Amino acid sequence: MIATASGVVLGLCLMLACKREERGLRVDPPSSSRVNSKTLSELRPGNAQVVSAQNEFEENAFAMSEGKRLYEWYNCVGCHAHGGGGMGPPLMDAKWIYGSAPDQIFATIVEGRPNGMPSFRGKIPDYQVWQLAAYVRSMSGQVPKDAAPGRDDDMNVKKPEQSTEPQEPRSTGGVPKSAERPQ
Amino acid sequence: MKAEENTMQPDQMSATTSAASTTAQAVPAVSLIEDQERAELERTWSDEPGLWGWLRSVDHKSIGKRYIVTAFVFFVLGGLLALLMRLQLARPENTLLGPDLYNQIFTMHGTTMMFLFAIPVMEAMGIYLVPLMVGTRNIAFPRLAAFSYWIYLFGGITLYVFFFLNIGPDTGWFSYVPLAGPEFSPGKRVDIWSQLINFTEIAALAASIELIVTVFKLRAPGMSINRIPLFVWAMLVMSFMVVFAMPAVMTSSLFLTLDRLVGMHFFNPAEGGDPLLWQHLFWFFGHPEVYIIFIPALGFVSSIIQTFTRRPNFGYTALVLSMIAIGFIGFGLWVHHMFATGLPQLGESFFTAATMMIAIPSGVQIFCWIATLWSGRPQFKTPLLFVLGFFFIFVLGGLSGVMQASVPVNLQVHDTFFVVAHFHYVLIGGAVFPLFGAFYYWFPKMTGRMLGERLGRWNFALLFVGFNLTFFPMHQLGLQGMPRRVYTYLPGTGWGKLNLIATAGGVVMTLGIALFIVNVLWSRKRGRVAGDNPWGADTLEWGTSSPPPSYNFEHLPVVQGREALWARTDDAPVVTGLKTDCRDVLLTKTFDAEPDNTMTLPSPSIWPIGVAFSAAVAFIGSCFTPWAVVWGAIPAFISLVGWGWPKPKDEKCDLTPVDEWSEEERRKEASRAQ
Amino acid sequence: MSARGRRPRHHALACPAFVFYALATAGCTGSQSILNPAGPNAGNVSRLWWLMFYVCAGVFLLVIAFLTAALVRTPRKTNKLAHAPDTEPDARRERRMRGVVTGAVVSTVIILFVFLVASFITSRSLYALADPNNLRIKVNGQQWWWQVEYENDVASQTFRTANEIHIPVGQTVTLRLTSSDVIHSFWVPNLAGKRDLIPGHETTLWLRADTPGTYRGQCAEYCGLQHAHMAFVVVAEPAEQFNAWMEAQRRPAVAPVSAEQQRGQQVFLASPCIMCHTIRGTDAGASVAPDLTHLASRQTIAAGMLPNTRGHLGGWISNPQELKPGNRMPPNPLSPEDLQALLSYLESLK
Repeated sequence: MIATASGVVLGLCLMLACKREERGLRVDPPSSSRVNSKTLSELRPGNAQVVSAQNEFEENAFAMSEGKRLYEWYNCVGCHAHGGGGMGPPLMDAKWIYGSAPDQIFATIVEGRPNGMPSFRGKIPDYQVWQLAAYVRSMSGQVPKDAAPGRDDDMNVKKPEQSTEPQEPRSTGGVPKSAERPQ
Repeated sequence: MKAEENTMQPDQMSATTSAASTTAQAVPAVSLIEDQERAELERTWSDEPGLWGWLRSVDHKSIGKRYIVTAFVFFVLGGLLALLMRLQLARPENTLLGPDLYNQIFTMHGTTMMFLFAIPVMEAMGIYLVPLMVGTRNIAFPRLAAFSYWIYLFGGITLYVFFFLNIGPDTGWFSYVPLAGPEFSPGKRVDIWSQLINFTEIAALAASIELIVTVFKLRAPGMSINRIPLFVWAMLVMSFMVVFAMPAVMTSSLFLTLDRLVGMHFFNPAEGGDPLLWQHLFWFFGHPEVYIIFIPALGFVSSIIQTFTRRPNFGYTALVLSMIAIGFIGFGLWVHHMFATGLPQLGESFFTAATMMIAIPSGVQIFCWIATLWSGRPQFKTPLLFVLGFFFIFVLGGLSGVMQASVPVNLQVHDTFFVVAHFHYVLIGGAVFPLFGAFYYWFPKMTGRMLGERLGRWNFALLFVGFNLTFFPMHQLGLQGMPRRVYTYLPGTGWGKLNLIATAGGVVMTLGIALFIVNVLWSRKRGRVAGDNPWGADTLEWGTSSPPPSYNFEHLPVVQGREALWARTDDAPVVTGLKTDCRDVLLTKTFDAEPDNTMTLPSPSIWPIGVAFSAAVAFIGSCFTPWAVVWGAIPAFISLVGWGWPKPKDEKCDLTPVDEWSEEERRKEASRAQ
Repeated sequence: MSARGRRPRHHALACPAFVFYALATAGCTGSQSILNPAGPNAGNVSRLWWLMFYVCAGVFLLVIAFLTAALVRTPRKTNKLAHAPDTEPDARRERRMRGVVTGAVVSTVIILFVFLVASFITSRSLYALADPNNLRIKVNGQQWWWQVEYENDVASQTFRTANEIHIPVGQTVTLRLTSSDVIHSFWVPNLAGKRDLIPGHETTLWLRADTPGTYRGQCAEYCGLQHAHMAFVVVAEPAEQFNAWMEAQRRPAVAPVSAEQQRGQQVFLASPCIMCHTIRGTDAGASVAPDLTHLASRQTIAAGMLPNTRGHLGGWISNPQELKPGNRMPPNPLSPEDLQALLSYLESLK
């Protein structure tokens, strides 16, 4: 009886357990079939495509911790700091120029964006881009708290992602004036 | 006894330690009490039948037995994990286990053995044996004993459930930061390890407090401080060590949880923290921990040697003082786990000296026992075989430990298989072999039947040969440069042959353990019926039936000498006058065990499980959110209130004024006074 | 031993033969063995170890001898536990035994004191290697490889390499040890005891190789998934060879000569490689992964795990996760021609 009760309680607590704790070590080389990139035009024949892809890495603590590591290794901090922005826009707030969905962030990283975001196509493997995308979303608190990264062993510049309050994403409706490149 | 005086004057009780007492009644040790009284004692002290009674039990024997069985189950689980490790390491570049699984397995193996087996089983043997050995009816704070078991059980189950859900810890049983910190160990694996510490250390603290109080206050009259059996001394020293060591590890695990859960910086060098802080805090616990495991085993060895050489241990005072010395010096050694971290030379030298120094009291113990064996008449039953195995293995392990006390040697062998060999020699040789001897020795007392002697010899032989086959080559492997905690190794290193031998030894050890399980299962039903005292031993637990009745002794004994049963005369006095219709026990003074007072021990209760469950909710929830402490505190508070709620039945034992006694009670008192 | 009673022993005899054979042939020599020292640091420790070993072995045999004698000597006329216990042992015999036990304890104290003094002396000798004029090498441990930087007062003379350290024979070297992530431990058994690399601290190790040779070392503090494969190589060579090596390492990468090598360089610069690796003299300047400027001069790759051959390198680049799962290098699916070109280029980086 006690065992059953404990089991039930544990089960409730641990519903995210399997996904959160997976460590995908033996990664298959990225194949050519990628997720469809986000289309840039509003016009299309017929109906819109199906809902954009989910990023299963958002429930995986290992993947997001890898994303955090890659965020520094690939020098995202050079333009975006630790989410506060600089040359590049902040990533920890609610404003999104090119969309906050996982595949939109994927496209941002792979395609690059006007006004300074480089394209990392061919330089970062797809699975790492997904890890980065998951981490970027965690910076504004949009991932499950128990899988989000904790503090890292560096100077304390902001709250750890696991303590970040969720920011409801909203579109800025285009590039802000301050971000426009001088013609 | 009159109830109007709340404090009993010693001379008003009809317990006696000297013939000079006027109320002394020297009664023979043979059972005197009427069947009616016996039935009443049984009614008062026994558990209710069925599952409900089992859950509510506060009988130290019932709790002790389930504690031992649970700890043994964890021992087997930990052993199976070790077998998996050995199978993986049998060949170079083996692919049985990948790195992630191997890392979880070696962490689980260490955590299981150190936190879920070694300390709990020693505490369990203490909970079972100490009240019997000191001659009282139950352990002090019996509900705390029940709580200790439940919180331990919940912690162990939680850990293994998490392990099977792929959330098993994977940073080693001592979980160094920064590897175990939030940046390098994502997920909840380390958090559950950290919480397990809370579960098991609270269980150990609870058990230790009970044991200390039992030994100090509940001894039978006549068991003065210099007549306490050596095993009881061992449990006393161990319990004090637990009280001082456990808070250190709970502190370190608290800091780790705060770092991981809330983002504090205890171990973050960039913000003023230090990874070495973890090592100091942990090893301040971790080193005494191994002596906590080892000292009760010294008690086992003393008991077994005394019985099977048919003479009292040589050098009782030296044995006691050296155990206490080990307890003290054990707290001054912890930095020898950190010699490679670049500490100042002077500081390291101090710990070298202290580490070598602890070999002296250990040596005193060994020499005194050899002297006992020399001048006694050894009877080679299985318990003594295991003790002989202890001598061989532990002395070897202790000597390899002295070698590692030296900083330069340590810098070469630290974190290699040499260390793995050393600590398995001292832990298995120094604790597990005596434990198995103790199982064979006390199984008749606990169950009323003897374990098979022939199977016992095979058990010993397989375990001894298997152990040496497994761990002796590891000395060589360490000297050849094989570091520990590696999931595989390259063929070019040449370590394959010795690893294969070690794995073969592991299989032999597994057979030995299996044989023990077979022996237990078979002997429970078909073993030779043991009498009260099949070994002719001297300590008090052998002076009652096997298994003991729920009330332990029909009359609490009065001790006449250090070896209680051997010194007992035919006209030995016993304690009379304790009530039989309530849980009445005798308190005695700490040093001379003069009768001091009586006390009512608490009756069975379901509330300890409630507190344990609430604590479990709090701890498991703390892996995910700090609010869990609040969630758990509320039911814990309710359960604690239930736990401590006074029962009218308990009050009747001591405090009912005479003029409120019922007719039946007056009649009973009158007949008793006659 | 007859002291064990009537325990059947024949089963136990089958194994020891194989065990002794294996132990004997395993021997005390061999690379990566602490009892095969090649320098004063390891040599002093080895001597101390042998001293302690012989004394401890003697003590062990003595204790077992006494124990065996204790068990065997007593006339066992009766094997019954019903035999009455001897509750009042003979006082004279007790006194005699007290003398013997006291003597044993005193001997223990003396032996321990000898060990203590020997240990202090050896410890001092390790620190005696410290000298400000030593060659200075900085080793930074990362998961799961070793970044090696040769220091110099002249900044342009410093250079970085990875997983392989060259030292001149007969000259003491000061190693300054740091870590970028978790605790590692630098251990080359033939040359010195280990020293931990702790984030937030800098530790120091001094060593000297008196015999030329290649010595393998391995990380000795559990540091995560691939702790088992975090090894390195220390090459001790005569001074001229060492200086030549240093000069070569200081130079930037060799420019590609053949068409295939040039294509290989193009492949390198266009691939994810540049996100992490440096090849001095090219645009690749990231420093989170080993410096590849002189990759072809190293004996091993993947932190001492694989020999540095074309085949191993090709397999490693294609899918390092298959060989060292969990390590930081992602798979790189290249077309066969690109891979061959890249390998040709990397092989040219001597």
